[in-house]
Amino acid sequence: MAKAATKAPAQSLARRHKSISYSKWGYIFLAPFFIVYGVFSLYPLLSTFYNSFFECYRSGLKQIGPNFVGLQNYLTLFSGGDLLVYAKNTLILWIMGFVPQIIVSLLLAAWFTDLRLKLRCTPFFKTVIYLPNLIMAASFAMLFFALFSDLGPVNRILIDMGLMDAANPYKWLGNTLGTRSLVALMNFLMWYGNTTILLMAAVLGIDPGLYEAAEIDGASSTQQFFKITIPLIKPILIYVVITSMIGGIQMFDVPQILTNGVGTPDRTSMTLVMFLNKHLYSKNYGLGGALSVILFAIAAILSIFVFKFNTREDK
Amino acid sequence: MSGNTAVRIKKVDVALTIRRIIAYTVLILLTFISLFSFYILFVNATRSNADIQTGFSFLPGKAGIANFKNVMADTNIPVLRGLLNSAFVATACAVLSTYFSTLTAYALHAYRFKGHDAAYRFILLIMMVPTQVSALGFVRLMDAMGLTNTFLPLIVPTIAAPVTFFFMIQYMKSSLPIEIVEAARIDGSGEFATFNRMVIPMMKPAIAVQAIFTFVTNWNNYFIPALILQDSDKKTLPILIAMLRSADWLKFDMGKVYMLITLAILPVIVVYLCLSKHIVGGVALGGVKG
Repeated sequence: MAKAATKAPAQSLARRHKSISYSKWGYIFLAPFFIVYGVFSLYPLLSTFYNSFFECYRSGLKQIGPNFVGLQNYLTLFSGGDLLVYAKNTLILWIMGFVPQIIVSLLLAAWFTDLRLKLRCTPFFKTVIYLPNLIMAASFAMLFFALFSDLGPVNRILIDMGLMDAANPYKWLGNTLGTRSLVALMNFLMWYGNTTILLMAAVLGIDPGLYEAAEIDGASSTQQFFKITIPLIKPILIYVVITSMIGGIQMFDVPQILTNGVGTPDRTSMTLVMFLNKHLYSKNYGLGGALSVILFAIAAILSIFVFKFNTREDK
Repeated sequence: MSGNTAVRIKKVDVALTIRRIIAYTVLILLTFISLFSFYILFVNATRSNADIQTGFSFLPGKAGIANFKNVMADTNIPVLRGLLNSAFVATACAVLSTYFSTLTAYALHAYRFKGHDAAYRFILLIMMVPTQVSALGFVRLMDAMGLTNTFLPLIVPTIAAPVTFFFMIQYMKSSLPIEIVEAARIDGSGEFATFNRMVIPMMKPAIAVQAIFTFVTNWNNYFIPALILQDSDKKTLPILIAMLRSADWLKFDMGKVYMLITLAILPVIVVYLCLSKHIVGGVALGGVKG
């Protein structure tokens, strides 16, 4: 009793002591992050914004600008029409990959966590489905480029199976649907494992008693999926959709390498970041800056939702 | 009555078996789709160009070593150099990023100070800003600082890694009780020493997971390195792959092409297969990747 009484004031003394003399260490330990972020991210971000208001590019060997032009770069981007085409391409490529991704991931998450189904080898399947996420996107795209070339392994297998005419192979990269499908397939393969694991964690957080009660009431597994699982994992589902959209607007490596940076055929697989990359290479800093600001705005709007999600999780 | 129940149980059993069959079919199909491209890659990496051109084979060939030697001997695409560059950059990023992210997380976990909550909110807020949107300013700044064609612009910025930070602070909340830090203080340990000698060892599981993710991310990174590195002896693997793509590839020895892709992805696959349990567990734990 006496021991506890002496311990309590000592502890509160230590707490007060800590808040007086240790707080400077908080600032010292935070300093590297904020210094590096300020120099390598925040300053570049602001200077990108600043650049977007200037005319600044190379025409042959001649350097034009920088001259202040106000919002002219933004007007050029929007009136040129290219921006909307590339935005549409990016959206189509994202949807083509994301729709199968979320459906398959939901299905797998439900199966992996279903206690009655008792699937075997789930660690093996989880390992396999997550693997493509870690593969270098550039070499994955190069691999698909080789595999799906006109007389590449995939077409040869189809020819051997009698599903394709050897004299007239399907040109995967020669038409819009083929190229877009390949990009979508690669994005699907790279991300469905990740999504499955996130959704699984969410499903495992649901009170098992709910499923037991539903079972007793005679609810089928389909009913349980739509009436219990989906409503209860909705927050994480929204988080997955938004983060995937933010990833989607950054889509670059796969279409860039697959189409050698030109978005063939006829720029129908050219994404917004590929467009930005083109401006960066040609050192057109004005238009590149304006495009960056537009991308930033889209990402920022989407991020607000994620931010809300993260801070709510905390409380 | 009891007969009725037996029939019902049997019905449920049949339904369950059907669902199980569907689940396994889909899983096997997905396994096939996921692994098929890598299987062809490894098979073709061991076949000679002539072999590959004549048709497809499910069995490996015998030209693996020859392809490897050809890739290494090619002076247009300095693979060995690329492997070393990538390994150096990715390792340096993994070490710096995990150390400083842990330090940042520790600052917000163990100390209370003015602006604490604002700092935490700020880091969460910038977590989703894509690197590409500041690339223009970044490349121009590196140019002005004379850092193009060096590895510093690829390594130093990873000190400020909001996603890694978030993972670390979540882990600390669950497994770094502040009493231990206070006990160390009573024993007379300095704050920085406490962090290095006590917090870092306790954070090892989280650091290991994040080190792997940071290594892989930077090993695979293409967008920024391609803008910073122009000298051929500085190029990392993804840039070499892009060079391979933009060259007139039909003139290439396809066995060599497959071998080069294999060299670029095999290290990651090997590491993954050794540590897959921790990696897959880490994804669920962090919940912020992607």
